[in-house]
Amino acid sequence: MVDVPFDTVAGVPPAEVGEVELYHPKSWWTRYVFSQDAKVIAVQYSITAMAIGMVALVLSWLMRLQLGFPGTFSFIDANQYLQFITMHGMIMVIYLLTALFLGGFGNYLIPLMVGARDMVFPYVNMLSYWVYLLAVLVLASTFFVPGGPTGAGWTLYPPQAILSGSPGQDWGIILMLASLILFIIGFTMGGLNYVVTVLQARTRGMTLMRMPLTVWGIFTATVMALLAFPALFVASVMLLLDRLLGTSFFMPTLVEMGELTKYGGGSPILFQHLFWFFGHPEVYIVALPAFGIISDLISTHARKNIFGYRMMVWAIVAIGALSFIVWAHHMYVSGMHPYFGFFFATTTLIIAIPTAIKVYNWVLTLWRGDIHLTIPMLFALAFIITFVNGGLTGLFLGNVVVDVPLSDTMFVVAHFHMVMGIAPILAVFGGIYHWYPKVTGRMLNEVLGRFHFWVTFLGAYAVFFPMHYLGLLGMPRRYHDIGETSFIPASAHDLNAFMSVAALIVGFAQLVFIFNLIWSLFKGKEAGGNPWGATSLEWQTPETPPGHGNWGKELPIVYRWAYDYSVPGAARDFVPQNEPPTRLSAQGAHP
Amino acid sequence: MSAIILFMAGVAAIAGWWLSQQRLTAKPWLEEGVIVDLREESGSSPQAAKIGLGVFLAVVGSLFALFISAYSMRMNMVDWRTLPLPALLWFNTGVLVLSSVALQWAYIAARRDNMDGVILGLVGGGASAVTFLVGQLLAWRQLNAAGYFVASNPANSFFYLITAAHGLHLMGGLVALGRTTAKVWRGAEVAQVRVSVELCAIYWHFLLLVWLVLLGVLTGWTDNFVDICRQLLS
Repeated sequence: MVDVPFDTVAGVPPAEVGEVELYHPKSWWTRYVFSQDAKVIAVQYSITAMAIGMVALVLSWLMRLQLGFPGTFSFIDANQYLQFITMHGMIMVIYLLTALFLGGFGNYLIPLMVGARDMVFPYVNMLSYWVYLLAVLVLASTFFVPGGPTGAGWTLYPPQAILSGSPGQDWGIILMLASLILFIIGFTMGGLNYVVTVLQARTRGMTLMRMPLTVWGIFTATVMALLAFPALFVASVMLLLDRLLGTSFFMPTLVEMGELTKYGGGSPILFQHLFWFFGHPEVYIVALPAFGIISDLISTHARKNIFGYRMMVWAIVAIGALSFIVWAHHMYVSGMHPYFGFFFATTTLIIAIPTAIKVYNWVLTLWRGDIHLTIPMLFALAFIITFVNGGLTGLFLGNVVVDVPLSDTMFVVAHFHMVMGIAPILAVFGGIYHWYPKVTGRMLNEVLGRFHFWVTFLGAYAVFFPMHYLGLLGMPRRYHDIGETSFIPASAHDLNAFMSVAALIVGFAQLVFIFNLIWSLFKGKEAGGNPWGATSLEWQTPETPPGHGNWGKELPIVYRWAYDYSVPGAARDFVPQNEPPTRLSAQGAHP
Repeated sequence: MSAIILFMAGVAAIAGWWLSQQRLTAKPWLEEGVIVDLREESGSSPQAAKIGLGVFLAVVGSLFALFISAYSMRMNMVDWRTLPLPALLWFNTGVLVLSSVALQWAYIAARRDNMDGVILGLVGGGASAVTFLVGQLLAWRQLNAAGYFVASNPANSFFYLITAAHGLHLMGGLVALGRTTAKVWRGAEVAQVRVSVELCAIYWHFLLLVWLVLLGVLTGWTDNFVDICRQLLS
């Protein structure tokens, strides 16, 4: 180790923050319900997201039942199937993953990891959650309105999204768009907090290059989301006006049920551009926090510093920037100029480079590490495998000539479930098993956790791995019932039934997880402040769970990066970020 | 999509410049000890509020760049018929400029600890902003009376949508301005409202800029510019 030239090891006065600056809850309501404490807001976000996620889980069961055993369940008709697809996709991508990563993990971890007392605008942060909750309630209400939720597909493509052929044309689509608009408003409030907190509220010594990669991932994803969500906002507002006021932003002249509609002159392709200008960054809005969390889990549980920290940071930034110029690869089948197709195929393949750098660095971090196969580590390893798997099929689909024949098949479903369904959710689980002890002060149950991991991991592969094969056979997606077709053999139907059974089992494993969350809250083993022996600041709080204001009287001072594991000569195999350097250990490590 | 790509390029340039100041080439695994950076301490400082506003303006800018993108994309289709803009818009533009000037006045007065100037600026700025909004509504009514309804033609729809979006943002600004004025009304010192006044002034200038760009797009002044961009990109 060498000291930084402008380092002053001693003589840095601790930064005290006056009590007046902190918001103080005055009653039970403002402490636990209308709380401005980022930690409470994080828990609120997480619970809400998981609750609506359970709805989406049940919808996936219903879809799988229909696909595996067509004709058996009379209560699922074609319209309902489309509604299930739409709601499942929308909930999982936006209301579960985006909200959980940024609203849940972001709110909890950013202030703790950068050594802040709270978010910089706590009141706006609180509003963010309540607007999000309202968005979720509006979304859930579509199940109960006449006509049911919209069945337009999660991409809500016009013109069919607002024509009478799609289920939920009366209320479903209107409430869906209203809910999206609310979600974006709520997210923007939260997002401003996350960004400005990282920029302005870092404690002393916490330079950007000393931040844990989790913060880097969430920070970059938030910046992307702030810039990308307006595209969905614009698209939603315009589609809503088309539906309500009869404008024709997206609606061409067309005939509906034998009659000419009032619409004319709109461009459906315009919607696709707007939607995917949001939609592609959205993939990385979900992926980057997952990348960050996985980096921290792997480093901590392999007791080894992260390999290539700088490269990891640069890769995160590069992925964030590149993800804004690949959107049209979702629109190859909509038709475009061949040069555009070539351009977007190229940028799509280029984005694989920083992503691959990250994967190599994770593997090299594991190389000769002291790997502890704890539950978070298991989930992290499963994430890497799954992400590589889904990423490789992404390279297939990024090419125009491969994408066009595969686009409407189950291959695409398998691809995006692997890469942005299973992989991020594995990161979520890993993160929850890792940070639950800090949030509650208790460990999650080990046996239930291992059961949950193996059933989820193997089960998800049992569902989605064979799906690639079905896609290559040409089995179409979005179909309620395949029926008798010459090119699909009977064995494919058997495979479908197998996948459905697997999906049911995976779903039940999630109930075990929920049970574990609740049971461990009361009966779990006491965790202590730092059960994993981790270096980053959130594990060094004076209290566990961290109290109001996080740090007691004095803010921590950061002396090192977040990955000092197994430092030669150090007393323990980890050195917390706020541990002052000792001359002895520094000399011991000198080459 | 050229407008939003240009906007994103601008954001990327700013972000890149900022990142280049952040020692991203540091080797944190070799650096032990406290690195003192020049950043201001403490989260709830005026600096944080200003940066928060800056980030928010980037979001709003992205929103309007997307509206312009959609507009110019639609405009390129063969059946496009432009909307004759009411002359009232020019008057409204003048009023919005006045509003911005008034808030700048308030900001300068706040820096000089001149409370009367602050009050004058805030009230003048607020009143002219309200006048602008009323003027926009009158322009809508003129168009409606002339038979240019919101749903009768894509150009009309875009005009109503874009002006409404801009107006709503100005109304949001008026809420902040109203709260600042109320603070002054209740007898706050200049020092207590200086930051709020500055934030309002920045937001007003930004909305004026957005309005001028929108006006340029809606009147077709920027068509040549858009064409050049399109040729550059394709």
